[in-house]
Amino acid sequence: MNAPATDRAATPGNFVIENRLWDRAEALPREQLAALQLERLRACVGRAAARVPFYREAFARHKVSAESLHSLEDLRRLPFTTKADLREHYPLGFLAVPRERVARFHASSGTTGRPTFCAYTAGDVSTWADLCARFLVAGGLRPEHTAHIAFGYGLFTGGFGLHYGVERVGAAVVPAAAGNTPRHIMLIRDLNADVLICTPSYALNIAEEARSQGFGPDMLPLKFGHFGGEPWTEDMREAIERELGILAFNNYGLSEVIGPGVSGECAARQGMHLQEDHFLVECIDPETLEPAAEGELGELVITAMTKEAMPIIRYRTRDLARVDRSPCPCGRTGARMSRVVGRTDDMLIIRGVNVFPSQIEEALLRVEETAPHYLIEIDRPGAMDEATVKVEIRPQDFSDQMSRMQALRERIEREIHSITTLRFHVELVESRTLERSMGKARRVIDHRVSPTA
Amino acid sequence: MKLKQLSIFLENKPGRLTAPCRELADAGINILTMSLADTEQFGILRLLVREWEKAREVLEKAGHVVKVTDVVAIEVADRPGGLAEVLEAIEKCNINVEYTYAFTFRRGDKAVLVFRFDRPDAAVRTLQTCGINVIGGVELYERSSD
Repeated sequence: MNAPATDRAATPGNFVIENRLWDRAEALPREQLAALQLERLRACVGRAAARVPFYREAFARHKVSAESLHSLEDLRRLPFTTKADLREHYPLGFLAVPRERVARFHASSGTTGRPTFCAYTAGDVSTWADLCARFLVAGGLRPEHTAHIAFGYGLFTGGFGLHYGVERVGAAVVPAAAGNTPRHIMLIRDLNADVLICTPSYALNIAEEARSQGFGPDMLPLKFGHFGGEPWTEDMREAIERELGILAFNNYGLSEVIGPGVSGECAARQGMHLQEDHFLVECIDPETLEPAAEGELGELVITAMTKEAMPIIRYRTRDLARVDRSPCPCGRTGARMSRVVGRTDDMLIIRGVNVFPSQIEEALLRVEETAPHYLIEIDRPGAMDEATVKVEIRPQDFSDQMSRMQALRERIEREIHSITTLRFHVELVESRTLERSMGKARRVIDHRVSPTA
Repeated sequence: MKLKQLSIFLENKPGRLTAPCRELADAGINILTMSLADTEQFGILRLLVREWEKAREVLEKAGHVVKVTDVVAIEVADRPGGLAEVLEAIEKCNINVEYTYAFTFRRGDKAVLVFRFDRPDAAVRTLQTCGINVIGGVELYERSSD
């Protein structure tokens, strides 16, 4: 795990921009980092046991305490925390400080019913700003820049997290917030914004709007972009960079842990550096709960060691990614996580192969410019799983020539096979026949009664 | 000389063909002729109607994906070799027939066939120089209402 410094120096740095550190702690030697982590983990477990009944009881059941943690390996003796645990202790069962010490509340968007609240002390808000400042600086932000923030503000952590991060660096903030896309183009141009901050999909919206107003990438002042808040792909990065004429950087975080700032890309853009002096990050097999093999896809489990208002221990994020512990030429010592490739909630196991709806979407995008509505159906009529994708035909996909329609169907089958390694049966269906619930499309119906491992 | 044909994407399931026919009927639109190309899973319904713009609107409003294609209606002598003569003329000019289907009515010793060519304009020119009668929309729709 600890690579000698000479190895790192021997690796030629291939940076898209100048490589700058915000905080020396980002390059802490692994040994010192491990010592700091153990100290912080013990303190965190101690605080949680003292102030949060849920943890006090869970630790007692697992027979663990701060004093019994002798090495970082002991992290695995601690119980997990799940989204369901947070919901069960709604609204503030995980609060670990007296109410008067709370400086801020945020919440994760509950797709069903209640949100999950996250509390911050003034110290947490400050730590968070520094964590965001680290990846912003790694991705080109300088004090002389102007950053245009088109994230939603409010309870969502994206807007405020990045806002305070930009301020911490000393750059100017344009808190434009989300919505009213034409206005963003005016603000970006008239205030000469260097940096765009929003979700990657909104960046594409802004690019599209700029183009429709007649502004190509050379007519926009933007140089960099920091995008997060939703999964995206390398193809999207290329499109955003081309359309806006910028370098686009990825960052990751979730409000249950702190918000954006858990990890972010450096100038090498080969994964997002986990800020391991604040977060202990495990990558586990979501079925066996054992550590995933080195470099293999697994669920991220995060312990927010320094969070004062709401320490969270071994939180199961349900986000699936890979963790690369090899050294990075940039000198940061934090391990690097890949893009989030899916959610454990979405993962399907078909004939033993892990498949995500996002992969089907990717296949459809290779065939058409935009992905049509689709529905994955899985059945097991005999011993084998059978997978079908129903794809709605739109006017632009439809030809009155049978040969072309057959070719379209076969092309979709081929692309799905090349991405998933599985043969899906592709059915073309009439437009508007697939169910849409609450504007959000249902993507999967699993007819298998009891999936076997 | 070209006619506007409407094509509709249909799933190959019971009742799917009825829906567009009923929708057109309720709008008072008569189907002059039609053909159905199908696979095990889906099909393409091709229609010729007099008021194609209105028909398209009706069908799209009902949620169908509709494509408008140029086709050519040709008088073919109803005797052995009648169709072969037409096809030979077309082949000489390297024009491909994507598909063809017939009208239900005929006039005297002539049958009327609908052709979808890959190059409809070139096909019309070729046919006319060969003395083959390409029927225009107005003429066709008048005949069909006889």
